[in-house]
Amino acid sequence: MAEIRDITTPLSDAAARELRAGERVRISGTIYTMRDAAHARLIEMLDAGKPAPFDLRGAAIYYAGAAPAPPGRPIGPVGPTTSVRMDKFTPRMLSEGVKLIIGKGPRGPEVIEALGRSGAVYCAATGGAAVLIAQCVRSAEVIAFPDLLSEAIRRLEVVNFPAIIAVDAAGNEVFESGRQAARELIARRANSA
Amino acid sequence: MPRIIQSDEIANRVSRMCRDACCRLPADLLDAIRAARQSEITDTGRDILDQILENARLAAETDAPSCQDTGMACFFIEMGSEAIIAGATLGDAINEGVRRGYTEGFLRKSIVRHPFQRENTGDNTPAFIHLEQVEGDCLKISFLAKGGGSENMGAFRTMVASAGPNGVRDFVVETVERAGGSPCPPLVIGIGLGGPMEYACMLAKKALLRDVGRPNADPMLAELEEEILDAVNRTGVGPLGLGGAATALAVHVEATGCHITALPVAVNLGCHALRKATIIL
Repeated sequence: MAEIRDITTPLSDAAARELRAGERVRISGTIYTMRDAAHARLIEMLDAGKPAPFDLRGAAIYYAGAAPAPPGRPIGPVGPTTSVRMDKFTPRMLSEGVKLIIGKGPRGPEVIEALGRSGAVYCAATGGAAVLIAQCVRSAEVIAFPDLLSEAIRRLEVVNFPAIIAVDAAGNEVFESGRQAARELIARRANSA
Repeated sequence: MPRIIQSDEIANRVSRMCRDACCRLPADLLDAIRAARQSEITDTGRDILDQILENARLAAETDAPSCQDTGMACFFIEMGSEAIIAGATLGDAINEGVRRGYTEGFLRKSIVRHPFQRENTGDNTPAFIHLEQVEGDCLKISFLAKGGGSENMGAFRTMVASAGPNGVRDFVVETVERAGGSPCPPLVIGIGLGGPMEYACMLAKKALLRDVGRPNADPMLAELEEEILDAVNRTGVGPLGLGGAATALAVHVEATGCHITALPVAVNLGCHALRKATIIL
């Protein structure tokens, strides 16, 4: 298996453009959890001319809503949620400067195009690996919309968060290509068996 | 003589069951994931399956829910005709168990009160309950913690009677391909055939309770399960949709009677963290 690349947030434009679809990465630095409800509210604030609750330029967003933190832990299990639900918000978030998004599952063509336009990347984390990922979280703090409970925006400090570059800034993606390659491999094996 | 079961006892046992099921993935599921890891053909797929197994180990060891989405609390209950519940209704007892289990167990509360107003109920109630009366004086309670990622990618279609097994197979493959990585494959696929539409949907979910990979007792349905599993695992969707052989771990079909005009088909996708448990009181 290829080497794992370490990346640090906030991600610079140059660093984002170096990443290639299919690469395994470990992410360290600040990331912000946001789901559907937080996206809708944040964009409403921007539309009303209010400042965003955190600096969106170069920011990393993680599509996740954690389970409650047990005593002695900064956060409960916190795996990625389904990204496609955020597709309608993503081009706007990218135009505001977001550089890295982490979630699970494929993205629509508008998002892939918008990632390329703004030189940003989309990473796939392992859906369901919530305890494994929580171990990478050093601290967590609710910074906006506490009434949304698990859907509030949290600022996380993470170390070595494992993910795969699923869509790179050049518009390459791994879901379609990975499925196609696997399908061909399966067919070849069936024929030679 | 009817047997009396106290509603408190039901609430206590249900509370415990919710916590256990969310923190400890069932052995039959883990065996199936290990087998899939052995035969996975892509590096990414193997890496993901390793992460999934490691995550399950950590969750059990630290008494933490294996996935943050601890789901909708779904129940299938068989109540003996000789059993009587004292203290509260069965529904209230189950909801009390869910409330306690999800609160005391640090499980995520993922239920909103209204589809449009979307205020979180704060305790993961209401539970969603299917009740059936059976012979005897026992109460058998099966629980599924059904996360949004997988539940949202299910599908229902009323096919024409002549669509037959091939029509069902093609519809399931189409559903799995469309869902891609969103429902967290490798999946356990529940399929409900027949009935009016809500019955097919109920059977599709109930099918997820069966031991992973145990075939239907009806040879025709067992053959269909095998055929669909084979077709789904040739799509290349793979673990988390990133490409691979392990798209599904098992296909479980349940069937019942239906109208002369129709072949209703419901598909309920279970994620790789299929959290289920059964208790008998």
